[in-house]
Formats: sequence, structure tokens, C-alpha cells
Amino acid sequence: MSATVEASPDNRTASASEPHIVVRNLTMAYGSFVLMRDLNFTVNKGDIFVIMGGSGCGKSTLLRHLIGLNEPATGEIFYGDFNFTKAAPAERERMMHRFGILYQSGALWSSMTLAENVGLPLGEFTDLTPAQIREMASLKLAFVGLSGFEDYYPSQISGGMQKRAGLARAIALDPEILFFDEPSAGLDPISSRLLDDLILELRASLGATIVVVTHELASIFTIANNSVFLDAESRTMIASGDPKDLLAHSTNPTVHQFLTRGEPEKESTSNGQAH
Amino acid sequence: MSSVSTVAVGNLLSLDRPDQSTLVIKLLGKWHVSRNLPSATVVTSELASTPAPARVAFDASQLRGWDSGLVSFLVGVSKFCRARGITDDRSGLPSGVQRLLALAEAVPEKKGARADETRPSFLVRVGDFTIDYGRAVSETMAFVGDLSLTGLKFLAGRARFRRVDFVEIVQDCGANAVGIVTLISFLVGVILAFMGAVQLQQFGASIYVADLVGIGMLREMGAMMTAIIMSGRTGAAFAAQLGTMKVTQETDALTTLGISPLEFLVLPRVIALVLMMPLLCLYSDFMGILGGGFVGVSMLGLSPSTYMRETIHAISFTYLFIGLVKATVYGGLIAMAGCLRGLQCGKSSSAVGDAATRAVVTSIVLVVVACGIFAFITNILGI
Repeated sequence: MSATVEASPDNRTASASEPHIVVRNLTMAYGSFVLMRDLNFTVNKGDIFVIMGGSGCGKSTLLRHLIGLNEPATGEIFYGDFNFTKAAPAERERMMHRFGILYQSGALWSSMTLAENVGLPLGEFTDLTPAQIREMASLKLAFVGLSGFEDYYPSQISGGMQKRAGLARAIALDPEILFFDEPSAGLDPISSRLLDDLILELRASLGATIVVVTHELASIFTIANNSVFLDAESRTMIASGDPKDLLAHSTNPTVHQFLTRGEPEKESTSNGQAH
Repeated sequence: MSSVSTVAVGNLLSLDRPDQSTLVIKLLGKWHVSRNLPSATVVTSELASTPAPARVAFDASQLRGWDSGLVSFLVGVSKFCRARGITDDRSGLPSGVQRLLALAEAVPEKKGARADETRPSFLVRVGDFTIDYGRAVSETMAFVGDLSLTGLKFLAGRARFRRVDFVEIVQDCGANAVGIVTLISFLVGVILAFMGAVQLQQFGASIYVADLVGIGMLREMGAMMTAIIMSGRTGAAFAAQLGTMKVTQETDALTTLGISPLEFLVLPRVIALVLMMPLLCLYSDFMGILGGGFVGVSMLGLSPSTYMRETIHAISFTYLFIGLVKATVYGGLIAMAGCLRGLQCGKSSSAVGDAATRAVVTSIVLVVVACGIFAFITNILGI
């Protein structure tokens, strides 16, 4: 056993630009109300992909479509070659076992301890013994810095800790794709920075593809290497690609304004009038 | 014509017409919301009634205090001016007011965002109601169908839920409900006995109070009262629990893990209540008879042994069985109504309250309807 060889589990090394999630002509609607139309984008293996846009433009709804909680009005979602939208329920469910999801509020099951929360997926979908499950749950909680909190109930810990426990549950089954719904919402700057670091660390060690819904600029520039920008006004995506490139090159005023917090362009202060 | 006309409006405002093209609004005294402030219509009606000026100016030299009450008034005036193409010259206003006005007008009003004030026509409302109702019916059918399939899965031993949760629910809707069932059932027995005694005493037939209470509790009241208690206590709790789990996305977290909330959350609740209801009903029957006995012995002068003998003589296993079957059915209905309303819950805290209310209403209606159907069936069967 050579301890020096670095290898990610299951040979999930991020081979360059192999499509992992492909969204084609997706239209999202509530009844007859169309929220977003003509969404087309590809998330490659190992990407940290950010879904961004103003509040209420449908970012979380897009995430719900990706994880199968909402049905597309039209269009299709592929995971590799697997047509997720057209798949039979059982097939789809099998695919969903490869997802890890961190919900906006953590969504920990409040009647269970943290260890039980993390252990439930393990108990349902693996053949581990209760003792092994407990051990594995402790390990996942240790990954997110919650060692020793196994027997706490979600209501007994802070919001930031609940988010991290939610993350431990999301990575319980070593997922191929991790989804994060507004991970830093309601967290103080330091906690949210720590969560960003954790996300980067997980990508590096698990080799997972990561999809994040957020509008935190700091997070976007720290973690993302690919993105899609949803615009509430035109009800479709108006930009995609690496957010840093978008900041440097995007000519779209909405995108530019968003990525610069709506601050005025630099040249406006160059006329010497600023006090 | 350059005559100066002044109109005083209350003691906070006066309108000056120094020349034909200008109206000067003079602000006087203290403009605070807590006081009775004039509305913008005072000015707008003046502007509309006389030949319109080209410009409106303000004089705040005698203004001694202001808050958003003044700003609200000025927004009204300037809206009117803009509509009529009159320039409003704000240079006479305090700079704080000018800045707040600019802030209020910075983002133009979103068109079509205000609540629609026109009431839809009768036919539209009937149509909407019918569509909603149809949707609710099909949702309920789907729920009952899915739950039946899950029930089959349970019978085949393949249903997934945590034993611990199940035991906890049994504890909560069984043992923990004994206190309230004791109190209510005993009192119902007392009430039945009193009701009967008033009539039966006239014929010297007080002893038949035992028959009345015994049969009444066993056939109807034991099951019915337990059902009413449990729908208020447990049905509402189920709806609130599941509704809150919906709000906090806990049900979503189950679904995306491939665990059906119906299997994991609803099934143990339905099974628990279906198992506990007959036991509670049996206990309720006993307490009711005890309540009747209390009245018989203490008020009607019957001896405990006479009362007991008469009761045993009156009741039969058939009556007991009818009551227990009813209780079981009621239990299923209450649990299903509670869970369905919980899963239909919206995404806010008030929606959880609504879900609990709707659960209680639905389950009581279902219980009473089921009771009617039972009466019909037992009548046909002659039991």
C-alpha cells in the first residue's frame, strides 16, 4: 500500500470537459405562468457550477427541476447519457441516489439526532450494520467539523451548524453530484467563507460535480468555474460561463451590474470631481 | 390680470396665486402624521377648478416640523402635477423633504403589480371553484390510492419507516390520550344518564338509565367521542407536523433520497391511529358506563350491583363489536385527513395553521358522514 499516491475515489477524476449535466430547451412553469424559458447549458464533470440571478428569478426552481422535485413544462435534462426527464420512476430514483442535496434551511429531520440524520440514507441504501452506520455518520460529521455532536437534535444547534450537518447528510452516500441551495443564506461572513472552503475541499477530495444556487458575489468568485445567469425581466438565461470571464468580458449591462454590485463604472470617477 | 388670491385651508396650508401662471403652496406649522393632515385632494381640486397654472411652487418658511406625513402629501401633489404637465418647483422645500421625494420617485411603479380591484364575475368564480374542487378531489383520490399501495407494501413487509418513530407515535396517540378520553367519556356517560333520567323517572323506570347509557356508549358515543377528541388532538398534530416538515423542506429531503414521505411519514401514523382507536374506544365505553353508574347510584338511588346487572343484561358483544369497528374506521379517516392536509400545506407558518384547521374540519366531517353510513348499514342488516 503506497500512501503517497493521490487518487480520488471510484476513479472519478475530473476528465476535462466531459458533460455531466445537460439541460436542453428547458421551460419552467407554474400552471400557465412561465417562469423561465429556453434554458440550455452543460455542466461538465468536476465543475463547480453556479446558478445566479436576482432574488425571485427562479434559481431555486431550476434546482428543483434538476433534482426531480419539479417537472419541466418542456425540455429535457440529461445526466451523462441518461434522460432524467423521460426516465421511469424507478430508474429516476436510482439516479437520485447519486445526488447529494443541501437545502436552503438545512432540512434536517427534526425528530432525529444528527447521527440518525446522516445515517438514514446509509441505513436505507447500503448493507452496513448499525454500528458501521454510526461510525460512518460520525466520520461525515467530522468532515464538516461537527465531531461530538452526533446525539444533538437539529433544534439544539445553531443555523450554521445545521447547514454543515445538512452537508454531512448530503455527502453520506459519497454522491457524484452535489446540489447546494443558497448555502450561505443566513450565515455570517466567516461561517459562509468556511462553508465555501468546505465546498472546495469536498470537490477536491470527492471529485464530485457541484451545482450551487447563490447570489453571494464573494462565493461566486471564490468557488465557481462555470455558471448560468438567469434574468427575471426577459425570463431566460442571458449569460453563461466562468463568472470571472463574465465580469471581465460580458457586455450585457444586467450581468455586469450584478457582478459589480451595481457600482458605477470606474471611468465615471476619473473626471476629478469626486471628493 | 395679476390679482393675488389667497385661499387658507385649515391651519396647515394656504394657497397663493401671485400671478396667473404660478400657484404657491404655503406650508404652515407642524406636519406630523399623528395630526389630522390635509390630503392632496385639497390642492388638486383647487388646481382643477381654476385655470391651471404652469408651475407649482412651495413656501416652507413657516413650516415648523415635518415627517413622512408631509412627504406623502407632496407625492400626491406632484403625481397630479405630472399628470397635468404642471412643473412642480421643489426648491422651496427643506432639503430632507426633497431627498425623500426623490427617493420615493427613484424606481417607477411596476405596472400590473397592484392587487386587481375588480371582482371577477359570478360565472368566473363558479368556474374557478369547480376547477379547484375537481383538483382537490383528484388529489385526494391519488393520495388514497398511493396510500393503499403503500399499505400493501407494508403487508408484504417491504415498507420503510423507522420503528422508533412508530413507537413514539403510538405512545403519543395512545397512552398520552388516555387522560382526556377519561374525562370526556365519563362526562358523556353522566350527561346521557341525566338526559334519560329526567324522562324515565316520570314512569318510575329509572333502572333503564343503565340500558340507555350502556347501549348508547357502546354503539355510538364511545367511538364518536373518541373520534372527536382524536381529530382535535392527533389529527391536527399530524397536519401540523407534516406541514412544518413541508415548510422546512424535510419532506423534499426524503423525496430526493428516494424515500416516499407517504411510506416514511404517513403510513406509521395511519397504522398507529388505526391500532389505538379501538383500544381508546373500549376504554371510553367503560368510562362512559362508569359515568352513568355514578349518576344512577348517587342521584337515582340505584344500588351499584343493580346498575351493573342491568347494564350487563342490556349490552351485547354485537354492540361492542359495532362500536369497535366504527372506531377503527374513524381512526383511519382521522389519520388520513390529518396527513393529507399536512402534505397539502403551503410554504408559510400561517399555512401550517390552516392545514391544522382544515385537518380537524375534514376529519370531523368524515367521521360524521361515516357514522351516518354505519347507521344505514346496521339498519339494513338489522343489528
